[in-house]
Amino acid sequence: MINRREVTVGIGGAAGDGLDKTGDTIAKTCGRLGLYLCAYNSYQSIIRGGHIWLRVRVSEQKVYSHGDHLNLLIALNQDSIERHAREVGPGGAIIYNSDKLKCDPVLIGDNVLPVPLPVAELTKPFGRLPPIMQNTVAMGAMLYLLGLEFEMAAEVLADTFKHKGEAVVEQNVKVARAGYDYAQDKLVPLGYEWNFTRTRRPFITGNEAFALGAVAAGCKFYSAYPMTPASSILHWMAAHGAKCGVVVKQCEDELAVANIAIGAGYAGVRAMCATSGGGFALMTEAIGMAGMIEAPVVIIEVQRGGPSTGIPTKTEQADLNQVFGASQGDYPRVIIAPTDTTDCYYSAVEAHNLAEKYQLPVTIISDLLLSEHPETIEADALRHDVPIERGEIISDWPEEKGQFKRYAFTRSGISPRALPGTEGAMYVAGTDDHDEEGVLISDVFTNSAMRRKVQEKRMRKLDAVLKELTPPQLEGPPDAEVTLVGWGSTKGVIREAVALLAEQGIRVNHLQIKYLYPFQAKEVSEILRQAKRTICVECNYTGQFARHLRAETGFSVGDLILKYDGEPFEPHHIAEQVQAILAGKPRSTDVTLEEAREMAYHYIRVHLADKVRPAKIEQVDGDGYGEPLWLVEMVGRDSGEKCGELRIGVETGSSYSWEPVKIFSAEVGSAS
Amino acid sequence: MATVIELPIATYESVVEPDWCPGCGDFGVLRALEIAAGKLGIRPKDLVVVSGIGCSSNLPGFIHTYGVHSLHGRAVAVATGAKLANHDLKVVITGGDGDGYGIGIGHFIHAMRRNLDLTYIVMNNQIYGLTTGQASPTTMKEVRTKSTPLGNVELPINPIALALVSGATYISRGFSGENKHLADLIAGAIAHKGFSLVDVFSPCVTYNKVNTYDYFRKRIYKLEADADYDVTNMELALERAFEWGEHIPLGVFYRDEQPTYEDREAALRNGPLAHQPLGLSKETFDELMEEFM
Repeated sequence: MINRREVTVGIGGAAGDGLDKTGDTIAKTCGRLGLYLCAYNSYQSIIRGGHIWLRVRVSEQKVYSHGDHLNLLIALNQDSIERHAREVGPGGAIIYNSDKLKCDPVLIGDNVLPVPLPVAELTKPFGRLPPIMQNTVAMGAMLYLLGLEFEMAAEVLADTFKHKGEAVVEQNVKVARAGYDYAQDKLVPLGYEWNFTRTRRPFITGNEAFALGAVAAGCKFYSAYPMTPASSILHWMAAHGAKCGVVVKQCEDELAVANIAIGAGYAGVRAMCATSGGGFALMTEAIGMAGMIEAPVVIIEVQRGGPSTGIPTKTEQADLNQVFGASQGDYPRVIIAPTDTTDCYYSAVEAHNLAEKYQLPVTIISDLLLSEHPETIEADALRHDVPIERGEIISDWPEEKGQFKRYAFTRSGISPRALPGTEGAMYVAGTDDHDEEGVLISDVFTNSAMRRKVQEKRMRKLDAVLKELTPPQLEGPPDAEVTLVGWGSTKGVIREAVALLAEQGIRVNHLQIKYLYPFQAKEVSEILRQAKRTICVECNYTGQFARHLRAETGFSVGDLILKYDGEPFEPHHIAEQVQAILAGKPRSTDVTLEEAREMAYHYIRVHLADKVRPAKIEQVDGDGYGEPLWLVEMVGRDSGEKCGELRIGVETGSSYSWEPVKIFSAEVGSAS
Repeated sequence: MATVIELPIATYESVVEPDWCPGCGDFGVLRALEIAAGKLGIRPKDLVVVSGIGCSSNLPGFIHTYGVHSLHGRAVAVATGAKLANHDLKVVITGGDGDGYGIGIGHFIHAMRRNLDLTYIVMNNQIYGLTTGQASPTTMKEVRTKSTPLGNVELPINPIALALVSGATYISRGFSGENKHLADLIAGAIAHKGFSLVDVFSPCVTYNKVNTYDYFRKRIYKLEADADYDVTNMELALERAFEWGEHIPLGVFYRDEQPTYEDREAALRNGPLAHQPLGLSKETFDELMEEFM
């Protein structure tokens, strides 16, 4: 039985197939009809080719992740049919261009409707069209099958292509209409029943929310070096810098990015920069400088899979140790991990306020999932009139007051700032340690008592920061059987996993941590000490947050649910592992059947020139290999005839051998 | 043109006495900078001196203006941020050859390419002094240092030639033994709109026994003494940039008037960023939000 008020559409194709535009049109159409969306794009670091897999979940209710299901597949290439057709659930449909693609019935589950579109015939009246117009035909058919309004999609297309002129708009609308009419003529809708409220709500990514929040908070300087998945902040800032009065500086490297931002912060402007893990590594010395000279700056670290170049277009939460470890020495700083898209906006505001009030670097740690996935947020979620708190800045310093003490040893540790240009308050911001006036205590005037007091003064600022932070909240029944602990981006998916587990009869509650440093150890300890069984959920290999929690509170979580394959958690991943933990079954890292198929596809792309596809997959004894094997039977893409066998280790994942059937060996080679 | 009210050198006198070795070339550079600032009538509140790390990078502590004594190699980057935040300020970068032509050379090249209105004074002593005498990026070939006991095998950086091909619009060389001449070069550099370089032979009396005051006194000559020299001729400037050995030129090699980065930056049209109101109007915010609908 399908949920008639929620649908997940998947679009699969190669980079360059125009998925993003099609996805945008679908998203905007649903959004303007008053539906909620949450989308996720699994993409690769290439401009053309590869496999791109975009999922858009649409619902009448607010949704917090891209979910567990697939109801409708738009396949733009053969690869997408083969890899995703079987994921489509009962009652769903698979739309494809039947001029080019085939959908083998063995790939389709029960009660799934194949929708072959004769694209050439349908678009004949419009003359020669670019290949990506097949997407528009497919979208037209989809609108009909899902019971969405064609007129709204036409309005979105008109807005999207307005800048290209009336003819382009008209063509797009007509092509989409051709797909819609064909579906109406040949098919029955899938049975979705929508209540279109037509409430207009923003559909926005975390990175866009960061940029917008920063600008609303008065950020006037943004520096960056291009790096996925932080670059969309640069793009938004560059596109809106002139309008919003923001200097946007693309720099030669991340050393420059951080140091330029700090220079701007020192001179009195709210400054921000962003990068991913590799770029952040280059910024770390400068972040310590901001702590030492007490210059405000906001740095956003958008994590991707690491270490090294890692998996540049995939998500992970494994830079926590690096962010904590940034810079030599002890220095005051704040680290915030926003928990959802709206929170990205307000975290940017809060970061700028904390950075200026306490004169320190604030690092926001996000990840590819949070920063890049777009979702619908409530219409009034983002307010323009955010608080702007700059802390104490002096306007002049009369001579009779003597030398200005930029680093005055106050009780709060906060010393009033003077910006360059202020009469009478000249001082040097030194990265060597210094006295109250900024005079170095590293060389000529070495003084250990002075060093002690200046270090205490700086670090004391964190006491006040800690008092200001909103306390963490436990969500769900206080007497739950299991408490799930997450940090940052995983809030939405854990929330949905909790609901899924509740349906399965397991009472679970949820603690999501936003403030990583200074850490609210007292509040967090109080919550966790009352938990019956704790499980920490993280997208990394070692449980970096669980270790931090232990360091800050002495509290050790009972179990870990970890994921480090590059793809974000889906609710069922968490629910299944909670069930397994409760059943006392240790997590298996064996290659699953689905994973064996994906590994076979990798082998095909690397060695077999995409001429074959995996068919039957079975587990067999691996005599001689020391582990069980997945035996993957490969068949010709066109012929469907068996052309060889690939053996993959169930435990190690090693692709041990490829044995082509003799008659095909000339065609597909005999690589091993 | 507004009348310049010259200020006495004492205006810039810091409470901290320089701790450079007696005889260090950097004393002369500090003095020349003070003379130049006084001559241009720059009030201490409007001058920001930004340095990196090294003996010469201690200079901001010895002059009574705003300053940042930043990280090794990052002075140009920090200065860029400060200048873009408030382009009413005069921003002067001071540092050494290791700081600017070694660890920080990337920022140096890109700042020139941008033609930011910054002045960069490099106290070039052809040695790492603060770390007690290793080879620097401008150490001459065959010179023996603590890190090159058999003689340096690397070709030195040619800062003048590098600046010429990187887009700097005021390129000069001075000598800390010629204080008045150096002060004129620095004043010209600060007054120039665009990126200005003043490479200064500033001898290290402790660790560089090759490139001494005498070494330079015997070799230097002034470009301005040559009536045929044209500071707007790039080819001529490149030719002189490679002159080394018997005769070493001082003075302005090249000068060009080009729009600065600040001139071209749309967000600076209403004046310095640091003076702009913070936040967004409801109207602007709503316009921005509309793009997400």
